[in-house]
Amino acid sequence: MAVELLKGNVALAEAAIRAGVEAYFGYPITPQTELLEHMAQRMPELGRAFIQAESELASINMVYGAACAGARAMTSSSSPGISLMQEGFSYIAGSEVPAVVVDVMRGGPGLGNIQPSQSDYFQVTRSAGHGDFHAIVLAPASVQEAIDLMVLAFDLADKYRHLVFVVADGLLGQMMEPAELPPMRPLRAERPDWALTGAQGREPRIITSLELDAPALEEVNKRLQAKLRVIEEHEQRYAEQMVEDARLVVVGYGTAGRIAQTAVKQARREGMRVGLFRPISLWPFPERRLSRLADRVDAFLVVEMNAGQMLDDVRLAAGGQVPVDFYGRTGGMVPVPEEIYQAIETLYAKLPGSLS
Amino acid sequence: MVAAETVMEEQVVYARPESLRDVPTHYCPGCTHGIAHRLVAEVLDELGVRERTIGVSPVGCAVFAYKYFNTDGCEAAHGRAPAMATGLKRVNPGAVVFTYQGDGDLAAIGTAEIIHAAARGENITTIFINNAIYGMTGGQMAPTTLPGQYTKSSPSGRDVEVAGFPMRMAELVGSLPGAAYVSRRALHNVKEINKAKKAIRTAFKVQLAGLGFAMVELLSACPTNWGLSAPEAMQWIEDVMVPYYPLGDTKVADGVDALMKER
Repeated sequence: MAVELLKGNVALAEAAIRAGVEAYFGYPITPQTELLEHMAQRMPELGRAFIQAESELASINMVYGAACAGARAMTSSSSPGISLMQEGFSYIAGSEVPAVVVDVMRGGPGLGNIQPSQSDYFQVTRSAGHGDFHAIVLAPASVQEAIDLMVLAFDLADKYRHLVFVVADGLLGQMMEPAELPPMRPLRAERPDWALTGAQGREPRIITSLELDAPALEEVNKRLQAKLRVIEEHEQRYAEQMVEDARLVVVGYGTAGRIAQTAVKQARREGMRVGLFRPISLWPFPERRLSRLADRVDAFLVVEMNAGQMLDDVRLAAGGQVPVDFYGRTGGMVPVPEEIYQAIETLYAKLPGSLS
Repeated sequence: MVAAETVMEEQVVYARPESLRDVPTHYCPGCTHGIAHRLVAEVLDELGVRERTIGVSPVGCAVFAYKYFNTDGCEAAHGRAPAMATGLKRVNPGAVVFTYQGDGDLAAIGTAEIIHAAARGENITTIFINNAIYGMTGGQMAPTTLPGQYTKSSPSGRDVEVAGFPMRMAELVGSLPGAAYVSRRALHNVKEINKAKKAIRTAFKVQLAGLGFAMVELLSACPTNWGLSAPEAMQWIEDVMVPYYPLGDTKVADGVDALMKER
């Protein structure tokens, strides 16, 4: 495979195709629509299922149906559409079928705007639907990483029979970068042994999230929670730079993490011992590594394109050992490196023993 | 001698269809869900498709339909059965996929999903139980509740000035070009039940022939929430429901009439 210039949304779509997605159901919404458009062209070409649904609600329930049939299925949307899909997320989690959802986040709340944002952190990591569950959430910071995580998303969904989000923002969805697509994987030849295929020569299978008997539903919840603990144990992902001797570590994911990298490098040039920690899995949050860093750094600075959502997770990981400061922009405003640099400089000056 | 031997020979005249499980249902006495389930099961048996059928259950009284049909089955969110069935069918075109939905599920919360499944000509079969009331939640007004009908959420009778008019879904869905076969039948007497079975049979044959979307609306009894005895409820279908919801086919697309003539 060769490196080519790819738009984020298109790269996400083509990576899903190469990962073996058999069915895509979606509804147009800016800034993710190019993903749907790419699927509209490519899926029928390959003899795979594509439907432009009547709503995001219908999209996610079509995904649910295709997932119950044992097919690799996905949808994509942006923040308001993701809100509408919450019903389906909960049913998918409750009945333990694999599904992949791309959220190209935009400014909110309400109809908000179509500018890049990270306003859905709470929604995707905390409240993706009613009931006790977390989805797996992967957050790329480049077009190449979007491709790689898209493929991983399908593998994790199948491995754990669980809902997986790939969350980007409007900037990552819209920008073009050189990247390399993976080779085309063959579609799975056989359906999994739990899938609904028609009860040919076997007992009928049932997929449901309904259990009226409270003790039995508690058992379902215990099983689901045990699975989530396994995911927490094995799937924490992050990238870090210059943290070895850092007194201050900037924590940011996706686009915010990438912009923060420029600010961190500038701070290093100015002689400040600053590092960058970039969560790649937002759930499970990479708290093990972050709490180890909390043992030896003097402070964290969380940078997000929202009013402070991942901030809660960083505070939990820091466990009150060190101060956790925050710099964020909202409403679709994207911070420039200089703003973050100034936030770093201000906080660094307050660290114990600093000259200020 | 010959006559006596004939009398001794065992003849099965009524048995449980293989497509129904041998389990008790949770339906109320006098409810017609049992009849509707049996008709669907008999049709699946007769068409020989039980082992490639996937049923999608609704939210409502038939929420446990997947426990009664002896086929693969799943449970949709309220109103979303046609969307879920769409996903199942598109990745599994050889399967026979049907939804079984009540009036709240299909005609209120799931209106968009049923209309668009029909509009796409989705190759699935929908069994629509219209009993003019919300059964599972205990008797509230449905989109198909008749003008003046007393329910727990229309305690003075459905006032069309406030609550609007009941929806004739067979006519609405039948008007869509993607719908191949749409029919309204009733379950209140033997003659109508036989006609209902024929319609259900046609609706599944339409799917097998790949002709598009098929739906059979079944006027059904809910004696418990109507506050009537079972015989009174059957009479109420005849006297009150049928005049507002005329029986018959509302859509027979090209190619479907030939299927209807087949035995």
